[in-house]
Amino acid sequence: MAKIELNEVRKVYPGNVEAVKGVSLSIEDGAFVVLVGPSGCGKSTLLRMVAGLESITSGTVAIGERVVNALEPAERDIAMVFQNYALYPHMSVRRNLEYGLRNRKMAADEIARRVDEAAKMLEIAALLDRRPGQLSGGQRQRVAMGRALVREPAAFLFDEPLSNLDAKLRVQMRAEIRRLQRRLKTTSLYVTHDQLEAMTLADKLVVLNGGRIEQAGSPMEVYERPASLFVATFIGSPAMNLLPLGAGGLAGLTLPAGAASAAGAGETLGIRPEHMRLVEDGAPQPQDMVFDLTVSGVEVVGAESFIYGTLPEGGPEVAVRVPGYSHVEPGTRLVAAADTANLHRFDQKTGHRL
Amino acid sequence: MPKAVFPNRFLPYLLLAPQVAITLVFFYWPASQALYQSTLKEDPFGLKSKFVGLANFAAVLGDPDYLHSVRVTVVFSVSTAVLALALALFLATAAEKVVRGKAFYRTLLIWPYAVAPAVAGLLWLFMFNPAMGTFAYLLRDAGYRWNPLLDGDQAMVLVVVAAAWKQISYNFLFFVAALQSIPRSLIEAAAIDGASSTKRFWTIVFPLIAPTTFFLLVVNTVYAFFDTFGIIDAVTGGGPAQATQTLVYKVYNDGFVNLDLGGSAAQSVILMAIVIALTAVQFRYVERRVHYG
Repeated sequence: MAKIELNEVRKVYPGNVEAVKGVSLSIEDGAFVVLVGPSGCGKSTLLRMVAGLESITSGTVAIGERVVNALEPAERDIAMVFQNYALYPHMSVRRNLEYGLRNRKMAADEIARRVDEAAKMLEIAALLDRRPGQLSGGQRQRVAMGRALVREPAAFLFDEPLSNLDAKLRVQMRAEIRRLQRRLKTTSLYVTHDQLEAMTLADKLVVLNGGRIEQAGSPMEVYERPASLFVATFIGSPAMNLLPLGAGGLAGLTLPAGAASAAGAGETLGIRPEHMRLVEDGAPQPQDMVFDLTVSGVEVVGAESFIYGTLPEGGPEVAVRVPGYSHVEPGTRLVAAADTANLHRFDQKTGHRL
Repeated sequence: MPKAVFPNRFLPYLLLAPQVAITLVFFYWPASQALYQSTLKEDPFGLKSKFVGLANFAAVLGDPDYLHSVRVTVVFSVSTAVLALALALFLATAAEKVVRGKAFYRTLLIWPYAVAPAVAGLLWLFMFNPAMGTFAYLLRDAGYRWNPLLDGDQAMVLVVVAAAWKQISYNFLFFVAALQSIPRSLIEAAAIDGASSTKRFWTIVFPLIAPTTFFLLVVNTVYAFFDTFGIIDAVTGGGPAQATQTLVYKVYNDGFVNLDLGGSAAQSVILMAIVIALTAVQFRYVERRVHYG
């Protein structure tokens, strides 16, 4: 159990490539923090710096009061779950679990106790004598978790641990990781590029972009008040609709009288698909903004459908969520509305929230 | 594995034919000739030969010179294989750590393999010949009595080093490939699991490259048994006093220098049997301990 403190951490690779550009982050004891971002945003590098697998160019990483910059990975009291599981293929599952404990010269009965406990917790007791090659993807994932668990470390580090699993298993393991972490209350740092995984797992969500923290906060905070255009489009699926306003507003978009004066040129408005509705479902209210759309396609998810439409004069495409099954022909002209109370406003130049 | 289906029933045989032909001409035919010859005894002028059954074998196996040669071969082969494997593995692991000029370093290490055995032997001879060798001169200067022409042990060291040197490149190449096939995350996981780099090597890396090591062990043994003739011939000629006369060198010496064709053939047959047995043993006992990923 420990908190993790990152202070102005930077990573510069040879050739002057700056992968992480000064990240400061405080992870509370027992918290589940998810680093999310597109590939190349520096999230894995950051995790690997905490693990000690990557040197720290400048700044400090502290795990529980102790600055670990100069410590070997083994001395940092962390356990890591790798994307490809990194199980030792020539050892049985039991030996895989024991390896880290034996290296630390732990007493045999204590090793046995921990292995049995982890095996029971992860339901892999029946697999202990098998080799990793004889296991399915989900089972290997469990063993990899078990190897981290038996160490009883100060923190768990996860490097995209679910991305090699099929969709169904991924959802199942996601819930399991969450449940385990809640139960063990071990500080966890989890890296993923999947925003859905990030939303469902995190106590605290950290969105990274270009080696910098774009926004950090609880998942709902980040979802409801994205700090920048990047976060607005990265979190949420389908992405938030963006409406860049020019000098004359935006063709096909009518803003209510009050809002029109406030929102001007140089701003981008954002509105989530679930806050949009078709006008046939209810006439526009005074506070509504109104869209004049030409349908370009429909995506039926099952419980809901997303209608994609474009604004006139080569305007942006927006998505409208409608309940149930929708069967609008492409090319149909529609009018959609959205309450301006749900509007997000961003500065076009800086991308920051206004 | 799916069964291949050919449109013509003769095609598969046709495709196999070249390989079968080569094996027949270059292995089975000479091997059967050796077997046949080993039961014959020639008169001193090579005019006639008569069937003597297993008398050649009895003579060879009762000959103290032959038994000495067996010991020499064991020492030579084991030393050569172990030295070549160990050095190649050491160089390969070192090459993994090189950051700059990795390709250059690797290329240089592969070159010795392109040198013909006799030439390799000559290179080492030039360096260590007591009369003209630079290193021999340095060794004597340092107060070491270096004279492989008289000292059998020194001669053995020289041929072992020369033979191993030539094989290191080949082994290096395989070890580099094997090391590269180990996922980096495995080593990282072991580092997090608290294994020192030495411990990581012996508990993770070494077991994982074991299939390659095993393959190289077989190849190196066969190499030391058969392919080192050129090196021994160039460096020591089997001397001094048969100190470096390996079995394959003795086959040549007895057959083509001393013209005892029957005895030489009998030795060939025994040598063949030894290598077959050795390979079988390696596959049966060593391979069991090897984990194939």
